[in-house]
Amino acid sequence: MGYTIAEKILLNHCDADHVEPGQVVMVRCEVVLANDVTGPLAFRQMEKMGTSEVFDRSKIVMVADHFAPAKDERSAILIKRLKEWSLEHGVAFYDQGRGGIEHNLIIQEGWVVPGSVIVGGDSHTCTHGALGAFSSGLGSTDIAYSLIFGEFWEAVPGTIQITVSGEKGRFVTGKDVILAVISQIGAGGGTDNVLEFVGPGTKSLSIDERLAISNLAIEAGSETGIFPADETTAAYLDGRTETKWEAVHSDPDASYSRQLKVDFDRLEPLVAKPHNPENVVPVSEVAGMPIHQVVVGNCANGTLTDLRQAAQMVQGKRVHERTRMIVVPATQKIYREAIEEGLVDTLVEAGASISTPTCGPCFGGHTGALAPGENSITTTNRNFKGRAGSPDACVYLANAFVAAAAAVAGEIVDPAGVIS
Amino acid sequence: MIASGKAVLVPGTNIDTDVLYPGIYLNIDDPELMKPYLFEGLDPSLRDQLSGDTVLVVGENFGMGSSREHVPLAMKAWGVRCVIGSSFARIFYRNCINLALPAITCPQAAQAAEPGSQIAVDAATGKVVVDGQEFSALPVPPFMLEMLDRGGLISWAQYKLSQPRS
Repeated sequence: MGYTIAEKILLNHCDADHVEPGQVVMVRCEVVLANDVTGPLAFRQMEKMGTSEVFDRSKIVMVADHFAPAKDERSAILIKRLKEWSLEHGVAFYDQGRGGIEHNLIIQEGWVVPGSVIVGGDSHTCTHGALGAFSSGLGSTDIAYSLIFGEFWEAVPGTIQITVSGEKGRFVTGKDVILAVISQIGAGGGTDNVLEFVGPGTKSLSIDERLAISNLAIEAGSETGIFPADETTAAYLDGRTETKWEAVHSDPDASYSRQLKVDFDRLEPLVAKPHNPENVVPVSEVAGMPIHQVVVGNCANGTLTDLRQAAQMVQGKRVHERTRMIVVPATQKIYREAIEEGLVDTLVEAGASISTPTCGPCFGGHTGALAPGENSITTTNRNFKGRAGSPDACVYLANAFVAAAAAVAGEIVDPAGVIS
Repeated sequence: MIASGKAVLVPGTNIDTDVLYPGIYLNIDDPELMKPYLFEGLDPSLRDQLSGDTVLVVGENFGMGSSREHVPLAMKAWGVRCVIGSSFARIFYRNCINLALPAITCPQAAQAAEPGSQIAVDAATGKVVVDGQEFSALPVPPFMLEMLDRGGLISWAQYKLSQPRS
């Protein structure tokens, strides 16, 4: 019996001579990532473990993104601790103004290559599967262990294979692919599994769109969402990293726990209704819902592609008087590119607020919390009750076309009705 | 590992870690200071039931979403000795194991438990007793069992560090 891509990568990173779902192995990692929330907590756990020595300082990255810029004294202290620890240990540290949201940032900076193993103290570490890596979101005690030993314990996951086919419609994006998957298998349907995306339809997905798909794998309970590396991946990595890599593919006789299909020809823009990402409906079904806030940003959809889509929707128009629009470029580099392309000007002219890269509005940490009774449509990944502020607010998840269209209309609307 | 305590029921399926511990309190890194915010977004009154040894009884896909370890850290700080549920989200499950907090999959026991029920769990055999009634849980895999018996990943790391490096 052959191996899936996930099994192959794990086999390459452990001492076992065979792996199968459920088996527990110690897996070596190429990158250990943490942020201002999970990092300091991991340092506490590391102290209890009895050492301050890390396994390899060239493989560790710390990013201030969750509470950066600091919302209060306590947050400032966490960021300070993250920075001081990083300097003391000589590991990479990205401060506010120099980095951005951790996942987009480390991909952009060439830390992630196909076939590698990335662990991060953040559930959206699954994002790195977009480049054909095996990536795993962990808690802080796990991260402490990984910082010391460069490995983590792993129950080998099964694989759910998703074959994507057909031609993307004009306002359909990668976000709709993953919302369709979550809707099919449910919020817990991918537990103990990874998602693997194959098929002719993946060719039309840019790295930016694959990021959104891999990023929301966790919203189906999956450890990661993997795209086997192809020409798109190679072109993206060209000049970005000097690390040698080889594409890993599943064997033809690999065994899957489940196989699904997503057909672009039958896919329209989708929206996940409150308060669970599995509550997916076509945009037409929620059209007319009044919207008080729009957020375009976060580790799923704060890419340059998303900013272009948002700018295209609001170009020459005004954000509706009922609505606030917040745009959060995922990284400082994306922010600059958006300025150079004139996207920031277009968005600001329409009445959007542009925020420095941060996780703030996605998890209700700061920047754009919601009041009771308010509705928000966002390009983020979670619409849990109370996550973005008041428990009596409602969050709808969608792609950047749909979110920006709602900003103009003041209500959820099919993007085709805003620009023809 | 044996764990026992008084049942506190956390109703609902797909309970996410955001409602269990809202994001605005993630700027706290001392477990004692996390205690007042456990269950804050779900039902703060659940905290009033937490006294002494407690077994939390939960539903399907419990702990989905964010990796925040604040949830099991705050649970442990409150005296939670075990979590019994229908199923667990992956990161929450491993966070529990790493903190030596047994997360036991046993839908029948979770169904049978009432608020205040006396629950005892033997993680090794999978035997769960709820008010004298016996249930069989999904066995805890050997690796996770060893982790629980050793006192979690911190003790595991301490042990590994005490061994000569190969």
